[in-house]
Amino acid sequence: MNSHESITAPLSARRRTWNGAVRALLYAAAALICALLVFLIGYILYRGVPNLSWQFLSSEESVINDIEGILPSILNTLYVIVATLIFILPLGVGSAIYLTEYATNKKLVSVIEFATETLSGMPSIIFALVGMMVFCQAVGLGTSLLAGAFSLVMMTLPTIIRTTQESLKTVPQSYREGSLALGSGKWHMIRTVVLPSSIDGIVTGCILSIGRIVGESAVLMFTAGMGMRMAFGGDTVAKFLDNFFGAAGSTLTVSLYVYAKERADFDHAFAVAVVLLAIALVINLAAKLAGKKLKKN
Amino acid sequence: MTDKTIIEARDLDLYYSDNHALKGVSIAIPQHQITALIGPSGCGKSTFLKTLNRMNDLVPGVRITGTIEYNGEDIYGRDVDVTRLRKQIGMVFQKANPFPMSIYDNVAYGPRTHGIRGKAKLDAIVERSLRDAAIWDEVKDRLNKSALGLSGGQQQRLCIARALAVEPDVILMDESTSALDPISTSKIEDLAMELKSRYTVIMVTHNMQQAVRVSDNTAFFLLGELVEYGETERIFSHPQDKRTEDYITGRFG
Repeated sequence: MNSHESITAPLSARRRTWNGAVRALLYAAAALICALLVFLIGYILYRGVPNLSWQFLSSEESVINDIEGILPSILNTLYVIVATLIFILPLGVGSAIYLTEYATNKKLVSVIEFATETLSGMPSIIFALVGMMVFCQAVGLGTSLLAGAFSLVMMTLPTIIRTTQESLKTVPQSYREGSLALGSGKWHMIRTVVLPSSIDGIVTGCILSIGRIVGESAVLMFTAGMGMRMAFGGDTVAKFLDNFFGAAGSTLTVSLYVYAKERADFDHAFAVAVVLLAIALVINLAAKLAGKKLKKN
Repeated sequence: MTDKTIIEARDLDLYYSDNHALKGVSIAIPQHQITALIGPSGCGKSTFLKTLNRMNDLVPGVRITGTIEYNGEDIYGRDVDVTRLRKQIGMVFQKANPFPMSIYDNVAYGPRTHGIRGKAKLDAIVERSLRDAAIWDEVKDRLNKSALGLSGGQQQRLCIARALAVEPDVILMDESTSALDPISTSKIEDLAMELKSRYTVIMVTHNMQQAVRVSDNTAFFLLGELVEYGETERIFSHPQDKRTEDYITGRFG
């Protein structure tokens, strides 16, 4: 057992084959993933880009004038993203801070953590159903983008709480102690040391949430409507506000569904897909940039 | 020890849940001197140090009886503002813990926390603190660079500068040189000796040579008890307790 093997002796044939096989498998897996991604993006661009036009992006559809346009869907999408973020950012980051920095009842915290984890894994159609019953019906918002945004708040809140919590937990305890030992109050310590160090995680949470918002169809079909007409605007301020808060309509994802499944218009469905890809890309880049900026200050 | 007492603990008991970590500790710490707390791991010396700026408050399930007076006021009293206490009694930790910001912002952190604005004022405090911590010459050209790029010894001196910037009265050092090389260690020891003319320094150390080199008084802790306390020279030359003698002669530890 204790024989001295030369360190330059070649590996046994079995180990060499094993090493080779594992390496080949890992390469294959990586190559497959890359190929899939390239194929997916390539196919979407190939099918979608030829059908994109400035008119398609900048106008409202009109059957009489035979115009296809998704401007309302783009605006609806941005509306839903912003409306949802306005609620989930303070609520989600706030609860995460409470859970990790303030809550003293560890048992209760772990119960809440388990609950948020379960919630974040729930199928979105359930949020759709509940959102429709609660926000559209009981609260009386009717089918509207606002009701859709509230339903998405329910759906994405667990995600942003969990990701923020995870990043708060990675902030070394020594930073907190260092700050407190200098005579900081707790909130000052959190604001000046803990939050800046966990900004990456909060940005990640936002990106994930935006991704889910942009990609969501079920919830919005149930709560926000499927119309592709412009819901914003109005001649008077009162009317404008009324339309602004009561607007209903389809986001891009829902429009894609409408084009593909209700109209069998795949050309335009793919064009919408290209726009969705572009929006996702721009939002991710913007969030990353914002994170970097925030970190510097 | 006829000098003015700055901190005095009486019959201090501390429990971490069921663990009785400090047992009836009574000690009077003189102003403008260096007091070393020595003893084997787990003897309660760090725990005792952290009761002085109430950093133990952060530990769940901690319970304290007895009193600790700082300038005659009970630091566990009802009306005590912990942030004020910690401004007066600063701390340097075992492991250097600079914040992930620039060197300047690290030092300015405390003053800003306590409401000092104004660039000229902060500039002056930062320079003075870095000079006092004997690191000014090494960092004066890179004040806006991240503090995390400094070496371990420099980081620890930066942390000392950061503690000095809030103009504390007492500085607690919790094994602040244990992770450093000998050269950095001796720099920090020299620093401590210089600082004692203006500050009271209380240091926990594992290193008995360090206690001898640096401190005026030494307190020996064992199993949560303060076994012996007195002038360093006397403790190390004529320990009165058998347990102290065993420890300082290296029979256990």
